[in-house]
Amino acid sequence: MASYTVAHAPGFVANDAPRIVTQRFDHPDSYTLERYLATGGYEGIRAALGRSPQDVHSEVRDATLLGRGGAGFPAGVKWGFCPPGVWPRYLVVNGDESEPGTYKDRLLMELDPHQLIEGCLIACYAVGLSQCFLYIRGEMVLAQERVAQALNDAYAAGWVGRNICGTEFSVDIVLHSGAGAYVVGEETALIESLEGNRGMPRLKPPFFPAAVGLYGQPTIVNNVETLANLPWILRHGASAFTAIGTPTSPGTRMVAVSGHVNRAGVYEITNGTTTFRDLIYGDDYCGGLRPGRELKAFVPGGGSAPWFTPAQLDLPFEASQIGPQGSMLGSGAVMVMDDTTDIPAAALTLTKFYAHESCGKCVPCREGATWLERILRRVCNGTGTPRDLDLLFEVGATISPGEFPHAGVPERGLEPKPFPYQMTTICFVGPSAYAPVHSAMTLFPEEFTARVAPNAHLDAQVAPGGSVNGGPISEVAVRV
Amino acid sequence: MSFFSDENRAITREIIGRYPKPRSAMIPLLHLAQSQAGWVSNEAMVEIGELVGTTSVEVLGTCSFYEMFKREPVGKYLVNVCVTMSCALAGAGELMHHAEERLGVRAGGTTPDGMFTLAPAECQAACTEAPCLQVNYRYRYRMDTEQFDQLIDDLAAGALDREIPSHGTTARIRQHIPPDRAVGAVPPSGVHDAPVWLAPSNGAAGGAG
Repeated sequence: MASYTVAHAPGFVANDAPRIVTQRFDHPDSYTLERYLATGGYEGIRAALGRSPQDVHSEVRDATLLGRGGAGFPAGVKWGFCPPGVWPRYLVVNGDESEPGTYKDRLLMELDPHQLIEGCLIACYAVGLSQCFLYIRGEMVLAQERVAQALNDAYAAGWVGRNICGTEFSVDIVLHSGAGAYVVGEETALIESLEGNRGMPRLKPPFFPAAVGLYGQPTIVNNVETLANLPWILRHGASAFTAIGTPTSPGTRMVAVSGHVNRAGVYEITNGTTTFRDLIYGDDYCGGLRPGRELKAFVPGGGSAPWFTPAQLDLPFEASQIGPQGSMLGSGAVMVMDDTTDIPAAALTLTKFYAHESCGKCVPCREGATWLERILRRVCNGTGTPRDLDLLFEVGATISPGEFPHAGVPERGLEPKPFPYQMTTICFVGPSAYAPVHSAMTLFPEEFTARVAPNAHLDAQVAPGGSVNGGPISEVAVRV
Repeated sequence: MSFFSDENRAITREIIGRYPKPRSAMIPLLHLAQSQAGWVSNEAMVEIGELVGTTSVEVLGTCSFYEMFKREPVGKYLVNVCVTMSCALAGAGELMHHAEERLGVRAGGTTPDGMFTLAPAECQAACTEAPCLQVNYRYRYRMDTEQFDQLIDDLAAGALDREIPSHGTTARIRQHIPPDRAVGAVPPSGVHDAPVWLAPSNGAAGGAG
């Protein structure tokens, strides 16, 4: 199997594996309407319009298209949760990609915006959604420009707006740019933001978006990559889709692999069968670690996911197998750490992210994430005491009571604790702040005990900045 | 005296008209205000409140939640260095320290000439191209300290003016819905029935799902 890098798509690496959502990435003009139409574009919505909405919905349900945003819930089932007879219904597209390590929705928006637009049309037609809001992360300026241009072209050509393809199907798609807030990737916070408010999550129940969403109306919130699969499914049929991958995880998914690998990249992999070993060591994927280095640990599904070690390398991208082993596939982001990695410092780079991004609504997250960061920082600085290590677990337990999910450690006889976790917060930001701390301390306890000493905190007055590996630790940037 | 220029006032009307409820236009209008002035002033927030039918303090509440809105002037170029895990594993800590030394300001600070504001940023979705940074939200990938110095020199010399507009301007292509193609936004209270393509006459009674 050969692999190559597509020049105009930084990070994307193509190989001979089946391609659904990245099929046009090789073309330098992949984002134009001309290229889209020349490569089967808008044939999916044409096919859909020739069938009843219920039929289209069934096709998507039969495809078992799992949501690609993080939770992995089947899109066709989610669509069915709208209460009958309540109108209007809305579609909100979650393009607020910001989970640490995740890089795929931005590529899909920059390189094939029409595919996303067509996916929106198919969803709106099938479920009777009368307006679509395409929420793109504020910092993604090129994605916003490409989608805006694509929408302008699609409106002018009659693919979006009134009486699409000469039928009674009419829908507006409104591009909406965010303004920088990780938590807005949570679907109820996204809706709050779209209503012009601070992006704070809502309680579920009652605010399950499919029932009570935007303006209190039934609202489908789907991830960009999820919707980008729809045109292919409508063109080729659900059975062609389920022929790829496994019955419980069909199709493909985009995965970004970053960190200490030879060829960090975004890969479209076959769902359910590709393993982490294929991805990290395969010649058609990352080609192993930097010369002379060994794998120490990896984050399998974005910054919120509990970590894995080489013992879990042979697990496939199949949610039903990852959960019992103590983690999640999340948003398709693998971050690889080799044997040079300072594990407590690496955990700190994630925990401080969640502490920074906590919206402040739930006390355990707002206070707890902040304290996790502060305590972990002093452990990294060499001014932590043994008591601090207990304190990290105690603070974590106020956010997520009970045993937190973790991978198994065969050499220590430690069994995995399956996903999911309990939580005292409305959304997943709080437990996500704890996940890296808990994983690092459970899988590599010796790196923490070696860093602390009784009375070490007294040194804090002498050296407030502390040091790791001989260099200063800045408040904002951590040397790993 | 209105805050928005005449040209931007027309854009505010177009933006507000796209939403079933005007308040949804709040964040887009804050972006528009920032593109006009480089930051978001109290004046701008008062006017946005009037435009979307809410109080200025509600606008401040929303504005202050989001990282991208600056309520005081920042440098012409906002340099956001990603410091989250993938970039940290690739040396973002060193890059940030170098940036502080090169620009002579601590993270969060602005150079005395008003050219550069240096800020730490969280994951920018370019993790395979680490370490990365953004200048006014335009990416620079796989940065090392030499490239950083070159970038700062180029920006100071105006060599990147075409590619990177001054702070406040984000996307330079706007969505424009032609009136003859628009379905039009309706307040949710004005809709009681299923969309016409789901109606019984189209052989699709009730509602999908």
